[in-house]
Amino acid sequence: MTNPVSSRYDFAYFFDITDGNPNGDPDAGNLPRIDAETGQGLVTDVCLKRKIRNYVGLAHGEQPPYEIYVKERAVLNRQHDRAWQKVDPKATKDKDKLPKDEKKARELTAWMCGNFFDVRAFGAVMTTEVNCGQVRGPVQFGIARSLHPIVAQEHAVTRCAVTNERDLEKERTIGRKFTVPYALYRVHGYVNPNLAGDPNGTGFSESDLSLFRQALDQMFESDKSAARANMRPVACIAFRHESRLGNARADKLFSRVLCTARQGVQPLPGAENGDGDGRPPRSFGDYELTVDEQDLPSGVTIEHWIDWR
Amino acid sequence: MSIKLHVWGDFACFTRPEMKVERVSYDVISPSAARGLVEAVYWKPQIRWQVTSLHVIKPIRFTSLRRNEVASKAPSGSIAKAMKNGRGSLGLYIEDDRQQRAATILRDVSYVIEARFDILSGEENVAKHLDQFNRRARDGRCFQRPYLGCREFAADFALVEDDHAMPSVDPELMGERDLGYMLHDIDFAHDMTPHFFRAVMRDGVIEVPPLTGKGVKS
Repeated sequence: MTNPVSSRYDFAYFFDITDGNPNGDPDAGNLPRIDAETGQGLVTDVCLKRKIRNYVGLAHGEQPPYEIYVKERAVLNRQHDRAWQKVDPKATKDKDKLPKDEKKARELTAWMCGNFFDVRAFGAVMTTEVNCGQVRGPVQFGIARSLHPIVAQEHAVTRCAVTNERDLEKERTIGRKFTVPYALYRVHGYVNPNLAGDPNGTGFSESDLSLFRQALDQMFESDKSAARANMRPVACIAFRHESRLGNARADKLFSRVLCTARQGVQPLPGAENGDGDGRPPRSFGDYELTVDEQDLPSGVTIEHWIDWR
Repeated sequence: MSIKLHVWGDFACFTRPEMKVERVSYDVISPSAARGLVEAVYWKPQIRWQVTSLHVIKPIRFTSLRRNEVASKAPSGSIAKAMKNGRGSLGLYIEDDRQQRAATILRDVSYVIEARFDILSGEENVAKHLDQFNRRARDGRCFQRPYLGCREFAADFALVEDDHAMPSVDPELMGERDLGYMLHDIDFAHDMTPHFFRAVMRDGVIEVPPLTGKGVKS
């Protein structure tokens, strides 16, 4: 493993969707996820991580060291028994027993980290009997939330064919789709060098980080589908800390990234004129995104991973 | 000798061990999770943190979240085999191996954790550790991003330096509330035995007995 990341990053990532369903809720018949109390839309952390995995799997053709451990059929070009990079063949003789020996277990873990991008970035659980068979990855995502409350629209769609012989006289079947007309989502994420570097770190490297940044920028491109045709990244503002432990409180840094509704657009929940009237947002142009770059705490620099201007 | 750390976040899930499949959170943060939060800021093998009390600042509100999760774990046997042979197919196919799990989680939480530490080994230099913790917490430095029960629910934190900075408890939490038996912590020294205690919240404050103290059952 070369060159593990050495600084802490806290990043705020914005993405939007037009006339689509960014993340369906299995408990609500695939309606877009919604925070029942505020009406804001939600996109889960695991949904975003799935897209990153798919992108990396596509970009690197599932070859080590960029293999993907948790895969989806759709992106998979399955190659059985592909030759792996040979590693030190000091693995267990007894194949059906778990390595009780910590050193061996650690070797397995290190090997997995070396081959699989998603294990290196997000971690993975590998057997519970071995204490170090669990890897915590340096990259951590929260749950994305839309700025405005969302309104899910339900569309009935018809299909001019039927599935079963017995429905032949019906001629048509009806399906349902849900879309959000427009929503801008914000999510916070963290990259923690202490889980990358350490002797027991995953080895998540600087080049892995730039691949991760590329994924944030490109992942919706390879994820087009009927349910979410128009999803795109809008902005990603990262705070880089000089120190491995960080140089400032993350919440204070995130409060420098302000996204407000423009004049004439319905004010955001919690804004001063929160009950004011206005038209609902229909594009990113209805928002104003500002980053306060003045008087940053010492040791903190701002990087625009994805620039919205 | 003791510290106060204010932690808050949008969501939290302190999973009840008896409801682990469809996760259901305890009403409040458990001492074990609180210890983890403090350790995420500062910990050394020479010390052991002990949570002494938990202040619940905001009303208890639940919400539910259903997600697709992978059902299985990676078998170390087949990894070892692939290493040895230099070949193998190790990926997990999420469609073949999916379970949908709902989690009943807390939303919009805020706590103040009071904790102290014992020195297990090394020099008896309490001030050194205390200073390091306070410096880190004051500047927002941490070894890893603290979280509220699960890593996707990241926590923000701030040091409570004196009583002026103590956030006030929501009036809804006033009075006495019995929260039933709750996980205190896991005793890693003795074969990972879980210990439980009777959590009673008085005016938003839960006093936590020491792990070996009275009323703690394993």
